[in-house]
Amino acid sequence: MKCQFIARYQMPSNTTVCIPLFGETVPAGFPSPAQDYVERSLDLNELCIQHPAATYFVRAQGDSMQGAGIFDGDILVVDRSLKARHEDIVIACLDNEFTVKQLQTRPRMRLAPMNRQFPVIEIQEESTLEIFGVVSTVIHQLRR
Amino acid sequence: MSTPCFALVDCNNFYASCERLFRPDLRNRPIVVLSNNDGCIVARSSEAKALGITMAVPLFQVQEILDREQVTVFSSNYALYGDISARVMSLLEQLAPATEVYSIDEAFLDFTGIKANQSLDALGSQIKQQIADWVGIPVCVGIAPTKTLAKLANHAAKAYPKTNGVVDLTDPARQQRLLRLLPADEVWGVGRRTYRRLQTLNIHTAWQLACCNTAWIRKEFSVTLERTVRELQGQSCFDLEDQPPPRQQILCSRSFAKRITEYSPMHAAICQYTARAAEKLREQDATARLISIFIRTSPHSHNSEYYSPSASHRLSVPSNDTRILVAAAIKLLNNIWQEGHRFIKAGIILTDLYTAGSFQPTLFDQPDRRNSKALMETLDRINHSGLGKICFAGEQLSQGWQMQRNKLSPAYTTRWHELPIVKA
Repeated sequence: MKCQFIARYQMPSNTTVCIPLFGETVPAGFPSPAQDYVERSLDLNELCIQHPAATYFVRAQGDSMQGAGIFDGDILVVDRSLKARHEDIVIACLDNEFTVKQLQTRPRMRLAPMNRQFPVIEIQEESTLEIFGVVSTVIHQLRR
Repeated sequence: MSTPCFALVDCNNFYASCERLFRPDLRNRPIVVLSNNDGCIVARSSEAKALGITMAVPLFQVQEILDREQVTVFSSNYALYGDISARVMSLLEQLAPATEVYSIDEAFLDFTGIKANQSLDALGSQIKQQIADWVGIPVCVGIAPTKTLAKLANHAAKAYPKTNGVVDLTDPARQQRLLRLLPADEVWGVGRRTYRRLQTLNIHTAWQLACCNTAWIRKEFSVTLERTVRELQGQSCFDLEDQPPPRQQILCSRSFAKRITEYSPMHAAICQYTARAAEKLREQDATARLISIFIRTSPHSHNSEYYSPSASHRLSVPSNDTRILVAAAIKLLNNIWQEGHRFIKAGIILTDLYTAGSFQPTLFDQPDRRNSKALMETLDRINHSGLGKICFAGEQLSQGWQMQRNKLSPAYTTRWHELPIVKA
């Protein structure tokens, strides 16, 4: 383990400090090598869902986003708490339906597919683009 | 001790808003949601309200408007509403030091002592904005020194678009202006009966009620109404988790998907409604002494006589034990059941309610069966867990009379096979 010096902490002179007393006995003998490694099992939710209240799952249909690793039938994790930025993969409302595309804000507002065979969608100045949420994770199952 | 301050956050047209969340094509379109069994309208989007569709109206009465105006109609999708509600509530819990979930679509927040470096108005707007951004549901926020006033502030936030959905009612002058505009029955805890009596005493508006002498109200009505009046005067009497007394009756009735002519499905229906009513009773921690049931044929049918018998039974000791209530309901059904009719609706009503522990039994009264409370709590816990349902054999699920839900939207957030589709 590495330690890094951050700053010196000066204790006020008139405070009492409580030091925990460990009531555990220390067996004199060979320590178990596994003792220091009591761990929880890994939870995929922790990896994929930062804000449960703001997270929805949707299913992708089509091939226009293969360049982003999104294939037909994949499940997308959508986090509405994230502010959409340039080059984020987003769920947008287009012609009254949801579509998944890459958001480009520079040089002008566009929704870009990630597959050469599909056209880029230019967003007209006057029409406001409605973003449902930012895609944070793709779930692509190889055996279903 | 800082003055109390409460906020009431209430989702706008909650069911309709949930249905719209994954249907961008329904933005700004009229939507209605039907009650269990697709019988009546229980929720309307603002566009549907504007068409003059009223609350609780039977579907067949407005079918023509729905067709003409191309209103989108949904069956109640409780899996969806429950999931979205849980998201809103968990977010509110993160935004306020203490909250009380009041119903599926509203919650009180305790703002007492919040030293905001911004106005309460701005704080309310921030909460509203975050729920819109994160969950995608529009809400209104009412803020006031008492829960009763917070309810009214929320009502104003909904009723007046100029408020942008947030009303800070901490200023007494503003309270007075609003109270003068509202009839007394808009006040939380003023039921229909109380309102009728108030009117005979020439008290019509919320402001007139607020100006009443509290001792006189206590003498003429009850301690609870006195508390309500004090709350209108700005004196907080209900803390979080406190509220005006529970409803004075619990009704559970539904129309059948298809007419019932046989005894056994009717028996099952009565059992199920009674079980549901008993559950509602336990939710408000009350017991009931009087149980009434009714069954009826269609009043709109021209070729058969209208038959709508009802019957009541008074228990010696009030109870909220499903087993006791079901047994009483079935006895009543046996008294009024007649072959040869085509029944369209049945219902049960529990009245003469007591809050738990307020009933004084006599020496010879049989109290509830042993362990009744523990058994019922276990039953409710399992049935609320969403993992499964336990019911009494008499309820026999999945019968022909079961809920008709022809216009059910997908369980977008709770089933892998029903996720919203996005075009890639």
